[in-house]
Amino acid sequence: MRATCWMGKTMVSVQDVPDPQIINQRDAIVRITSTAICGSDLHLYNSFIPTMVAGDILGHEFMGEVVEVGREVTNLSVGDRVVVPFPIACGRCFFCKQQMFSLCENSNPNAWMAEKMFGHSPAGIFGYSHLTGGYAGGQAEYARVPFADVGPIKVPSHLTDEQVLFLSDIFPTGYMGAEMCDIKPGDTIAIWGCGPVGQFSIRSAFLLGAERVIAIDMVPERLQMADEGGAETINYNETNVYEALMDMTGGRGPDACIDDVGMEAHAPGPIYAYDRLKQAMMLETDRPHALREAIMCCRNGGTVSVIGVYGGLIDKFPMGSVMNRSLTIRTGQAHVQRYMRPLLSLIENGDIDPSFVVTHRMSLDDAPQAYEMFKHRKDDCIKVVLKPGMNGQSIEKTRSFEPTGESDKTIH
Amino acid sequence: MVARQQTGGTPQAFRRQQNNQGTSLLNETNYNVGSHRGLPKTNAKRLAKGLGWFSLGLGMTELLAPRFIARISGVPEKRSNVIRLYGLREIASGIGIFAQKNPAEAVWSRVAGDVLDLTSLGLACTSSEANRGRITFATANVLAVTALDVIAARQLSSGNAGVHARASRMINLDPKDVYNFFRDFRNLPRFMKHLESVEELPDGRSHWVAKGPAGMSVEWDAEIVADDPGRVITWRSLENSDVDNAGAVVFEPAPGGRGTILKVNIQYDPPAGVVGATVARLFGEEPNQQLEDDLRRLKQVLEVGEVAVSDATIFGTGYFEQRPAQPPARRELQDREALKDQLPSDERRLEARRAQQ
Repeated sequence: MRATCWMGKTMVSVQDVPDPQIINQRDAIVRITSTAICGSDLHLYNSFIPTMVAGDILGHEFMGEVVEVGREVTNLSVGDRVVVPFPIACGRCFFCKQQMFSLCENSNPNAWMAEKMFGHSPAGIFGYSHLTGGYAGGQAEYARVPFADVGPIKVPSHLTDEQVLFLSDIFPTGYMGAEMCDIKPGDTIAIWGCGPVGQFSIRSAFLLGAERVIAIDMVPERLQMADEGGAETINYNETNVYEALMDMTGGRGPDACIDDVGMEAHAPGPIYAYDRLKQAMMLETDRPHALREAIMCCRNGGTVSVIGVYGGLIDKFPMGSVMNRSLTIRTGQAHVQRYMRPLLSLIENGDIDPSFVVTHRMSLDDAPQAYEMFKHRKDDCIKVVLKPGMNGQSIEKTRSFEPTGESDKTIH
Repeated sequence: MVARQQTGGTPQAFRRQQNNQGTSLLNETNYNVGSHRGLPKTNAKRLAKGLGWFSLGLGMTELLAPRFIARISGVPEKRSNVIRLYGLREIASGIGIFAQKNPAEAVWSRVAGDVLDLTSLGLACTSSEANRGRITFATANVLAVTALDVIAARQLSSGNAGVHARASRMINLDPKDVYNFFRDFRNLPRFMKHLESVEELPDGRSHWVAKGPAGMSVEWDAEIVADDPGRVITWRSLENSDVDNAGAVVFEPAPGGRGTILKVNIQYDPPAGVVGATVARLFGEEPNQQLEDDLRRLKQVLEVGEVAVSDATIFGTGYFEQRPAQPPARRELQDREALKDQLPSDERRLEARRAQQ
C-alpha cells in the first residue's frame, strides 16, 4: 500500500510498504477514505518530538471502511464506515474505565520510553513517534486499528467524510479544551491559537454556553475564520494582547483561557528570540509563550486549559502568578473516545458542521507538498484533507478568504 | 511489611532453610527485605562518596585548567586536550557514584580510569619535554588513589553476586485471579520474554527453558518454596541448573478494591557471569527494565486478553529491537514465535476476504 513516511527533519515521502494485517484478535483493518494532517504532525515534521525512526508512517486523523476484523471484534463488521480516534485504548484498564482513554495503561508497548521522559506513560497513539507506541499511522491506504471494539465509531452514510472525519481528533480536542474551562453562563473565554483545534475550541465554547469568545492569532485567514465562528479577534502582531484583553474585560481578565498553541509558539519581540535560542541550544524543548501569556491574562481564580501539545521542558513558567491568584490549570491529550458519540449527535442535529475548517483537499500521493503548504500556511492553508486514490497534482481549494481578511470586530 | 504479616512465619523458615543449604540466592519472601541483603557497608559507601567528590573536583580542574594539571604532573603541556577528555571521564565517574544506589560499577570505572592514568603517565615519561621528577610524584599519588578505589570497589561488590531485578505493577483483577494465572507456570512464557517454556513435572517440580545469551538455550528444574494461595509464591532452581535462580511474587490487594499490586523479585546468576550481564546491559537488556516490561505484558494478558503489539515492537520493546512503525511483511510475522497464538490462521483470513467479497 501507499503510506506517508517520516524520513527525517522536514522530510516526508509517500512510499510502498506492506499491507497491514490482523495481529491481535481485537484488531480491525480499515481501508482509509479520508485522512488529515494535524498541527501536532508538524511537531513531528519539525523534529520536536523525540524517538522518531526513518520510515515511521504518520497520521492520526483518519476514517474509512472496515475490511477485516479480528476474532474478538464483535461490534464491527466488514463494510462498516468508521471514524478512528487517535488515542489507542483497551477499554478495560483503570483509566479506560474512568473514560480517561488517552491514559490507557495497556496500549503503549513502548511505555518504558515515555516513562523515562514523562515519569509515566500515556496511551499509544497512531503514527506519533515510538514513545507513544510506534504504531503505523493513518496517512496511508490502510491501517491496522488495535482495540477496534473500543475505539472506532460507526457513522451514518448521509454525513460526508469531512463532516465526521474530525471526530478522530481536532473536534474532540478543541471541545475538551473548552469543556475543561467549566464554562458558566456569562463567561468570557480567551483562546490562544486559531488553527484547526482553536477553531473548534471557539465553536465548542459557544456550544457550552460562553457569552463571549476572544480569539488570538496573527494569521489573517485564521482570524477571519474565528470571526465567522462568532469570536472577537486580536492580532497579536498588531496589538498588545494583555492590554487588549484587560481593555475588553474591564481589567478583570477572561474567566478562562485556552492554550490551543502548544510547544512551537510564535510571539512578537525579543521573548520569541529568547525561547527560540534556548530551544536551539536544547536548554528547553518547548516554546511556551502562549501559555505564559494565557496565565498572566487569566482572571483571578480562573482556569487555564492547556490542550496544545507540549513535549518536554519549559522555562520561565510564571508559577507565582498561578499560585498567588488561585488559578486552576487543566490539561491532557483529548480522551477522544469519550466525546465521539455526543459530538456525532451535535453534527447529526446540525448544531455544528465540522467541514468548515477544511481549506484544501489533496491526493495522498501529494502529502509532502501538503506538509509544506500547511507548515508555511501557503495559499491560506488551514486544514488539509488527504484522499487516497484521488488523482495526484489536483489540489482542490475548498474556500477562499477575502483579501482584507479582517472584520470590524478585530481589535487594533 | 504487609507480606510478612500475611505469610506468618514463612520468611524466617525460608531463610533458615536457605542458610542450611548454603545458597546465596533469595532468602525472603518479603519483597522489600530481599533488597537490603548484600547492600554495601556504610563505610565503603562513605569512601565511595569521598572518591566521587574527588572525581568531580579533579575532573573540573582537568577540564578547565588542563595546563595547570600538566605542569604539576610534569606532563608536556601539548597534552592538554587529552587531559580535558580525562576530566570528562572523571566527571562521568563522579556523577555515576552519586547517581547509583550501589555505586560499585562507578567505582570500578574509576579503577579503570586509574589504570589509564598510570599508562598515560608511563607514556609521558618517554617524552623529551617531560619532567621526570614530577611524573614520579604524580604516579605515586595516582597509585595511592588507585588503592583506595580498589578497596571501595571490592567492598561494594562483595555479597552482590548475581543479578537482582524487581518490579511492581497494579493489575485490575483480584489477587486470587492474578495468583491463579501466575501459579500455572505454563502461562509465564506468554509474558516473560526470555522464557521459552515451563513444564510442570509430576512431583510438583517444574522444568524451565529460557533463552540465554548468543542464542543459547538454558534449562533448569525448579521447586516451589512457599505457596500461599492468593498471596505469595516463591521458587528456586535445584542443583545442576544452567542458571541458579530464585524468585518471589507477592500479590497484595490494592486499596479501595482496585485490584492487585503485584510485586516480583528475582535473583539469578547470569549464564555469562557479571561481565556478560554488564555487556547485556549496554545492549538495552537492563534487568529491572526487562522485568518491568514482562509485568506490563502480564497486565495486558490479564486485562486485555493478549499482549498489545505495535508495528515498531513486533520483535520486542528494547531500544535495539525497534523497527520503523510500518506494517511488517508477512514473512517477518511468521518468524515471530511469540505472536503465533495471536495471529489468525490463513483459513480465517481467507474466510474474512470471502465475506468481504
